[in-house]
Amino acid sequence: MLAGREGNRRIVLAADGAAKTAGLRVGMPLAKAQILAPGLIVQNADAKADAKALDRLAVWTLQRYAPMVAADYPDGIVIESTGADHLHGGEAAMLAGLVGRLAASGFAAKAAVADTLGAAHALARYAARPTLIATLGHGTAILAPLPLEALRLPDALSSELYRLGFERIGDVLAQPRAPLTLRFGPELVRRIEQALGERAEPIEPIRPPDMIEARRAFAEPIAAAETIARAIAHLTSQLCKALELKGLGARRLDLLCRRIDNQAVAVRVGLAAPSHDARRITRLFCDKIETIDPGFGIEVMTLAATVAEPLAPKQTVSPLGEAAAADICDLVDTLANRVGERAIYRIAPVASDAPERSIRHIPALAPETGATWSPHWPRPARLFPRPERIETVALLPDHPPAVFTWRGVRRRVRRADGPERLFGEWWKREVELCAVRDYFRIEDESGARYWIFRSGDGEDAATGSQRWFLHGIFG
Amino acid sequence: MRDVRSEPAIKALRAQIEQIEGRRRARSTLPFGIAELDSRLPGGGLAIGALHEVAGDGGCGAAATLFAAGIAARAKNKVLWCVSRADLFAPGLAQAGLASGRVMYVEAGDDKSVLACMEEGLRHGGLGAVVAEAARLSMTASRRLQLAAEASGATIAIVLRRGRRQAGAADFGAPTAAATRWRISALPSSPLPVPGIGRPRWRVELIRGRAGEGAEFELEACDAKGRLAVPSELVDRSDAPRARRGGASA
Repeated sequence: MLAGREGNRRIVLAADGAAKTAGLRVGMPLAKAQILAPGLIVQNADAKADAKALDRLAVWTLQRYAPMVAADYPDGIVIESTGADHLHGGEAAMLAGLVGRLAASGFAAKAAVADTLGAAHALARYAARPTLIATLGHGTAILAPLPLEALRLPDALSSELYRLGFERIGDVLAQPRAPLTLRFGPELVRRIEQALGERAEPIEPIRPPDMIEARRAFAEPIAAAETIARAIAHLTSQLCKALELKGLGARRLDLLCRRIDNQAVAVRVGLAAPSHDARRITRLFCDKIETIDPGFGIEVMTLAATVAEPLAPKQTVSPLGEAAAADICDLVDTLANRVGERAIYRIAPVASDAPERSIRHIPALAPETGATWSPHWPRPARLFPRPERIETVALLPDHPPAVFTWRGVRRRVRRADGPERLFGEWWKREVELCAVRDYFRIEDESGARYWIFRSGDGEDAATGSQRWFLHGIFG
Repeated sequence: MRDVRSEPAIKALRAQIEQIEGRRRARSTLPFGIAELDSRLPGGGLAIGALHEVAGDGGCGAAATLFAAGIAARAKNKVLWCVSRADLFAPGLAQAGLASGRVMYVEAGDDKSVLACMEEGLRHGGLGAVVAEAARLSMTASRRLQLAAEASGATIAIVLRRGRRQAGAADFGAPTAAATRWRISALPSSPLPVPGIGRPRWRVELIRGRAGEGAEFELEACDAKGRLAVPSELVDRSDAPRARRGGASA
């Protein structure tokens, strides 16, 4: 449990699960808490250390998730995910990954995505279980049932509102705003407007102190794509010189454009291998210019190497020896920034009998191992993600079917090879303890070749359902 | 019928056309290693630095996939394979000679981005082959790809047409800028003296070829190095392998 001082009182600021079951509540006087739970372990809260830890966490998020991240003291992190989520497989996957990673390192986190910072702030704290994604253009309906505290109001103001009978955000929204301002001051309406997106709320992105960046302010705001491209080229060459001096190569770069209406637009590109090649980085950013909305014009552009790694100089051209294989790093980068890092991969073998488990994705630039699958057992060119049920006429226990119906078409089997019996991997899953699949390679009258299997050995019901499935197609 | 390919006047005319088209250097080709097939293709093989279109006969087109894999396997350098859905089975491709270490897969959402990724791969110039799976290929898109492939000069571009069953040659769709157009369909495998499935066979149809004639072959599928073969009982026949004369030439 954490204790802190509020005025002259010592109160409970945070309590863990065990303390909560003992009846402790946040905001309770410390003396009362100690009576409720004798043997309570009390730690003094250290707001400064908390803020520092939150900053570190924000930098971690910045390096992994999105170009614009700010610490939202005392307990939150704001991420501007526009234009960053598709690189993580969409908003849902990004949030699940974020919360999962934090949980793995011992943080219980909740997260929400919404149209405005105010709405996301409220939903993350009062509605997320543990993640929540508000649909685009969600409007006020999603906020209405939340309690008033979700609006980020000072305690005094929210308790005053409670006294007057306002409990939910919806109650306040239903009131005309002018009298509210007269009665409670501008703070309440400001928070409401921020939550609804009627008032801009720019976030001040966090910058780690040792980050290498290049900045350029323009005398006249710029908006044309060509001008932006020129500015980007200028910034990258500046940044790459700085990187080269330090012997670093950038892995992830962020371009922040501050517009004259004080909104920031961010673009992030990633590189598969560290690099300080200005031409290449400029090209990656120029591919993304169309995603920058310059509004009424851009005042300041900042290019930062969010993640940089040491880069040893390497001899690339040698008069002796044969020409090295073409470098595909830049192609991988271009494609990864187009479709996302996970959508470009190589496939490596896994020692597993189950065909669907015999492959895994590895990064496109992972070192080559030369490992391969056994060439003795024929494998199809296309494998269905899910085996498809087929109706068959077959002799049991170990004959291939004579006729089968797949996708509504009846086919007569002319030739067949098999069975190739695969056993379940009992060391991985309990249910596969005695599972068996008998695979057959069959050819129909037209010459099409299929890979089918019977779930089970044809005799013992414990080994499977004895149904037939079509799993892949041979060429 | 006389063979127009050997006519000297035609040859001179062809050289003249190539000069007008601005291709000074001789374009390199990737031979199939099958004389009948290579002789049908200008330059004695599949042109490198050009776009080729391959279609299957059914929904999945596994034979067409392996045909493309075999070509990619015989090309040098790395291979980029752009897909819209991930149902390729890498062990199967490895058995057609395309080692998994050589292939990079890109999963792009739709046809448009698949073709955009393909173009990116072609423009890079350092790849041996780029294969893209697309249901549709418009004239404009194919011309872009063809130009990108020509500019690279070292990459074979293959568009694998997927989609609904195609009934005949006329149904293949609108014309495209591809240098050759193939259709691969599975045939009953080579007979074995024992029950079982022999080496798979394909009907390989060269539906359209730039500066060449259409033809049809019955071939044995890719071996572990990606090479096709002529079925043994056809090799020894006195009559030349069944090559149909007189398809559409362009």
